[in-house]
Amino acid sequence: MDVLKSSFQTFYKYKDLVIQLVSRDLKLKYRRSFLGYVWSVLNPLLVMLVMTIVFSTMFNKGIHNFPVYLLTGRTLFEFMTTSTNAAMRSIVANAPLIKKTYVPKYIFTLAKVTSCMVDFVLSLGALLIVMIATRAKFTPYFFMFPLVIIQIYIFCLGLGLFLAQANVFFRDIQYIYKAVTTAWMYLSAIFYPLSSLPDKLQYFIRTFNPLYYYIDQFRDFVYDGQMADPRVFIMGWVIAFVTLAIGIITFKRSQDRFILYI
Amino acid sequence: MEEKYIIEVNDLTIRFNLASEKVDNLKEYVIKLVKRELMFQEFLALQHINLKIKKGEAWGLIGTNGSGKSTLLKAISGIMKPYKGEVIVRGEIAPLIELGAGFDMNLTARENIYLNGTVLGHSKKYMDEHFDEIVEFADLHKFLDSPIKNFSSGMKARLGFSVATMVDPDILVVDEILSVGDARFRKKCNKRMEEMLSGGTTLLYVSHNIDSVKKLCDHAIWIDKGKMVMSGEVEPVCDAYTEAIEHEKK
Repeated sequence: MDVLKSSFQTFYKYKDLVIQLVSRDLKLKYRRSFLGYVWSVLNPLLVMLVMTIVFSTMFNKGIHNFPVYLLTGRTLFEFMTTSTNAAMRSIVANAPLIKKTYVPKYIFTLAKVTSCMVDFVLSLGALLIVMIATRAKFTPYFFMFPLVIIQIYIFCLGLGLFLAQANVFFRDIQYIYKAVTTAWMYLSAIFYPLSSLPDKLQYFIRTFNPLYYYIDQFRDFVYDGQMADPRVFIMGWVIAFVTLAIGIITFKRSQDRFILYI
Repeated sequence: MEEKYIIEVNDLTIRFNLASEKVDNLKEYVIKLVKRELMFQEFLALQHINLKIKKGEAWGLIGTNGSGKSTLLKAISGIMKPYKGEVIVRGEIAPLIELGAGFDMNLTARENIYLNGTVLGHSKKYMDEHFDEIVEFADLHKFLDSPIKNFSSGMKARLGFSVATMVDPDILVVDEILSVGDARFRKKCNKRMEEMLSGGTTLLYVSHNIDSVKKLCDHAIWIDKGKMVMSGEVEPVCDAYTEAIEHEKK
């Protein structure tokens, strides 16, 4: 209990550092760009345009509003890859600082995932614009979407902590993870309907792809305007917290040795 | 009785593993594992160091390059964990191990003051209150809103020193950083450190300049190859160190 209390105290002490680091990331991202934060919305829109032109004729069956279907999957996937990739490098990138002052190291990983989340929430503006433009139906379930964001944020934080500590000891993780995310993208039913796959593969994705739990819920709330499957909804939370626990445990176990490897 | 020491270092040993430090990718790891070369080549950066510092004292750390001075500072700052022994610190530490370590080159001076202050564990509110004081001391009014990648190293040092010392730490750790500033700023820094000392701040000071150690500190510890050679009042330790160096030259 005391351990928990003191970790909350240290976190409280450094909460302003998290805010500073997040605002640094956001400020620097679009510094010197003419449109600035508008790019967070514009970029997914442009990508959606390209992908809609390419894929909508291919997978027309079973998707009634391709742009919205695509965006619901892609924004979540983009958040997952950018945040975990940034988190993976967070410890190594802040090596000069970690070597010189005492700062709880998870702060850097936490800040990276958080700044990616802010960017992700901004990019949902693109989804909103497309929904209005394509006259998609809005239902009260739409307002359930923040729950999905919280789940995927916790999931990415856990995965990010795990990757960050692994990357300190083995830099190869970066390249392995790149291949993993590419495979992950094709297995997440982002730009094709899941029903177009063979039954076995469908079952595999529904059961073992953690990201699909979030995409599925998100599409239920936003794209189909209905309540998510309770099994998927509950499992989404379970997966998020289990991943976070794994991340915290592995990170905690190895953080004292970081200094020798960075 | 024990409470009067602000820093206590008991039988501290810090160990590095030289062999595994070089293995930072999977391929090498597997190869070494197969060849059974993953042996443990240990290197003790510090051995059995004992140090007890009272509040308000100023300690100079002296020794040749690579003798373990910075490692000791890192252990006291909590950056490195002891392999054996323990380090007890009762107070806030402001490490100035390298000026501007917490700076982001792309941010402006104003943004960096906040970033660096929060890295040292202060709240935004606290930094708001001390902002003017910091800018005043660093004397950088004109450049507040330009990115610090355009700053000279002296300007960065000024900013770093101002942030670290304006926040009134219980313990100030200074690792030969003042060599970059110009004479005027060095003087200002020394004055500031003396002020802090008389205000009850504890100072840990690393320098190769024995004269400045003698001037600032009242105690000194001499470390050679990770072992403590001598510690105590500043004069005898420094004299013994200078003599040893002189002796070596001949």
